[in-house]
Amino acid sequence: MTDLLHHPLVEFTAEHAPLQFINERGERVENQQNAQFVRYLEHLNVDDLKNFYRDMMVVRRFDIEATALQRQGELALYAPLLGQEAAQVGSGQALAASDMVFPSYREHGVAHTRGMDMAKILQLFRGVDHGGWDSFEHNFHLYTLVIGSHALHAVGYAMGIQQDARMTAQRDAAAQHDAATQHSDAQAGAHFGDADAGEQGTTQPQADASSPDSASAAFRGDTSQDASHTGQAPQEAVMVYFGDGATSQGDVSEALGFAAVNNAPVVFFCQNNQWAISVPNSLQFKAPLYLRGSGFGVPGVRVDGNDVLAVHAATRWALEHARHGNGPVFIEAVTYRMGAHTTSDDPTKYRSREEEAHWRAKDPIDRIRLALEAEGAWSETDDAALSAELEGFGEYLRGYVRSLGAPEKSSMFEHVYATENVLVSEDKAWFAEYEASFVDAQGEAQ
Amino acid sequence: MPTFEQFRMPDAGEGLTEAEIVEWHVAVGDTVTVNQVILEVETAKSLVDLPSPFAGVVTQIHGAQGDTVEVGTVIMVVDVDPNGEPAEPVAPESGATAEVAAATDAPAVVTDTPAQPEASADAPVAAVDEPDTAPAAAPTDTPAKTDDASDSGSVLVGYGTVHGATTRRARRSAVRPTIAALEPSRDVLTVNRPGAGEAVRAKPPVRKLAKDLGVDLTAIAPTGPGGIVTREDVLAAQEKTDASKLATYSAQSAGSAASSGSDTSAGTGAGSNADAQGTKASSPRGGASAAPARTGGVTASGASAAGPVAGDALEDPSWLNSGTVSDDGRQTAVPVRSVRRRTAEAMVASAFTAPHVTVFHTVDVTKTMKLVERLRADKEFTDVRVTPLLITAKALMLAVSRHPEINASWVDEDQTIVYKHYVNLGIAAATPRGLVVPNIKDAHRLSLKGLAQGIADLTATARAGKTTPRDMSDGTITITNVGVFGIDTGTPILNPGESAILAFGAIRQQPWVHKGKIKKRWVTQLALSFDHRLVDGELGARVLADVAKVLEDPSRGLVWG
Repeated sequence: MTDLLHHPLVEFTAEHAPLQFINERGERVENQQNAQFVRYLEHLNVDDLKNFYRDMMVVRRFDIEATALQRQGELALYAPLLGQEAAQVGSGQALAASDMVFPSYREHGVAHTRGMDMAKILQLFRGVDHGGWDSFEHNFHLYTLVIGSHALHAVGYAMGIQQDARMTAQRDAAAQHDAATQHSDAQAGAHFGDADAGEQGTTQPQADASSPDSASAAFRGDTSQDASHTGQAPQEAVMVYFGDGATSQGDVSEALGFAAVNNAPVVFFCQNNQWAISVPNSLQFKAPLYLRGSGFGVPGVRVDGNDVLAVHAATRWALEHARHGNGPVFIEAVTYRMGAHTTSDDPTKYRSREEEAHWRAKDPIDRIRLALEAEGAWSETDDAALSAELEGFGEYLRGYVRSLGAPEKSSMFEHVYATENVLVSEDKAWFAEYEASFVDAQGEAQ
Repeated sequence: MPTFEQFRMPDAGEGLTEAEIVEWHVAVGDTVTVNQVILEVETAKSLVDLPSPFAGVVTQIHGAQGDTVEVGTVIMVVDVDPNGEPAEPVAPESGATAEVAAATDAPAVVTDTPAQPEASADAPVAAVDEPDTAPAAAPTDTPAKTDDASDSGSVLVGYGTVHGATTRRARRSAVRPTIAALEPSRDVLTVNRPGAGEAVRAKPPVRKLAKDLGVDLTAIAPTGPGGIVTREDVLAAQEKTDASKLATYSAQSAGSAASSGSDTSAGTGAGSNADAQGTKASSPRGGASAAPARTGGVTASGASAAGPVAGDALEDPSWLNSGTVSDDGRQTAVPVRSVRRRTAEAMVASAFTAPHVTVFHTVDVTKTMKLVERLRADKEFTDVRVTPLLITAKALMLAVSRHPEINASWVDEDQTIVYKHYVNLGIAAATPRGLVVPNIKDAHRLSLKGLAQGIADLTATARAGKTTPRDMSDGTITITNVGVFGIDTGTPILNPGESAILAFGAIRQQPWVHKGKIKKRWVTQLALSFDHRLVDGELGARVLADVAKVLEDPSRGLVWG
């Protein structure tokens, strides 16, 4: 038992070495492995690198402020991401605006790269609402607290993208067909049965430009072929974020299965931060996580999650792969949760100081900073500007959280159903009456 | 002009209601910055650093090291504009609200006498006295009243409930006429307490008197008509303050404390450290050396290891911390807190729900003592302590394996008996913080060495005061090692939820009939208390007899193991 619980400091054999571009000393790395990914970084200039650094610093400041706000009694709970900034910022920056993100509950850094105001996340942690943002405003879904279930949501969404693409293709094809067969309406009608057929999405006109082969290919979700025929490759991709702990949940495996057989345009982004609350990797899996998808037919890549460039390159590759109809990809970003699982637990109870020190030396922000300095790209002026920005941001966050106030109690009934529901309405009316029955319900300024 | 902000004890975990102050990192007069760590608290879950939400100068600190403070209680007041003009005591135009009016009274007091022991002591007492009926304001009834009444009295801070979670809100009489009679009294109480936008009621000369004497008006329970604080109230409060300030532990009382030092630490278990649970390396029982009887252990290993008794006694003895000394200095009333309260609740719950029966057995443990000696020399055991307690623990495990039905729990609400297929072996430990009963999880799976390691870990954790609620939960059977105090035996009270507890007495050399002759033998007494609802006398007796058989002849363990 003691042996099992022993948590090795992660060292990789050459076989399982993660993709890396900047090592922990801030030096550029060039090797055979990362040579394949170099082209995904070619578009970056010095300003982009500085932006990575700035984003990570902003995210870290958010983390520090939010943790302090919890300790000051302003938040009920907070899930810190300290140490995972590169994994989140590097991958988030690789997404296109039209891509959809399904986060778990620690992806504050991804939210930031999506252009979302991270302060809104704190509404959830203050208990004011279930997530204070519109999922579609920045294509960043609400947080999912149930571990791993959103992997299925993400795959379902990705399959929806495929479905949309097929329907569009069919409509276009039908339009062409109509144009081409105006002279023989009756025959076409016989083929289609009725007008609904087109919407069924499975019946294809046999005499169509698109061959039966492509129809069945589309049904299989083999959009690469479909795309080659129609030029309708899905332009959107989906990325789902989860942790090493979620891989022990059946939902993630189910999602991998659905994604693989449907060739869904989804990227599984696993931040392996070594700890599922207090359960170490060694108690969860034997084979490296990035191989998890292989049995499902989903290719995987292991990346140094504390190297923002490696994360960025791998994610860009994976999204390209998915967008071009080549199906899902599994990314394992090897990182470390330097803080607690949430503010309610105490990591000193289950892990050693040595282990924390080992990972602190691999800090994701330190190394990009060292790289920038080594390349003469970061000046004192930059520093001053950034620290002023961070101070302002901290102040903004504190003010934002303290001004949130309390929600109307009746609001708890508002998001149960999308449309009015008789039972909920009854409950709501009863509750209003109950609330009004207290002597202090009136006349007291709250 | 000075603007005062209050910092309330936050809920640093989810749903915690109190936290113990471990250490203040700031003092009154210190300048603090936003997010500077100001104190360390210990919750039921972990040690937590609390950062300041404000920048400014600390003007008040409430709660001393070791105090358990309810979530929501003001623990620090910070002047966030210390360089401003001094505010008039009553300055309605200044910051406008009651907060400023109330708070500005306070600093005048604070600057004269930095610490306000009576204020911090009063609040918890009030809360303890009237847990159910206290009006919402009571728990937060600390000197400076809340600024925005919106969250007054809430257990959770900031994000918390609007109304006091500790209190039931009053219903309209039409809805619940039965409690209508209660409402007037609530109203009176509410009037008496300084609420939102409502200052303490006192005539100007009384206010001046209070200010001159350094008495905090808001901390006084008014006795005048209509909830007015009278001159007598202020004087009485002043007297109380004086009494606690003047009363010190003079050489005389220190001497008595020192002379009775060993007894006291044994009796309360306070000074004896975790050695009490029997990892007694130096205990004569283990060493089989001379002078075995008076387990000198109490003073020798316990108290002296904890620190020089006489020297410490000149300071406040730890059990008197945060107590209030009576006017004549002959008594100290100490609020019942954390470990002590939990112990009391558990003991009352156990003693008055489970009908206890205790059976005794005096047993010749000479062979066990020899085994202990041999094992100590064994290479396998070089890095763990081998003690008679260890063999006793093993003996109990064997007895349980032979009589698994003793390892059970009576669940009254379900009218079921839950038989446990695992043994979480509790070891009662006297620690500086009081009695705790952590348990060794899945002790039934452990080898003798594993058991020794388990006891050592549990001891070290308890000694460091780091025993967690989890360590103490879900015990299935317990050993209490009263022998370490030189006691023959006792009738232990069951750890709630368990159905048996074994008391292990002192081991002494005594005349004993051995092979037909009177010999000097190592003898001890065992006592087993059990819950007679589910354990019959026969079962209890058999379990104890089995434990005794193993101690009498440890080779029996090979047969049963």
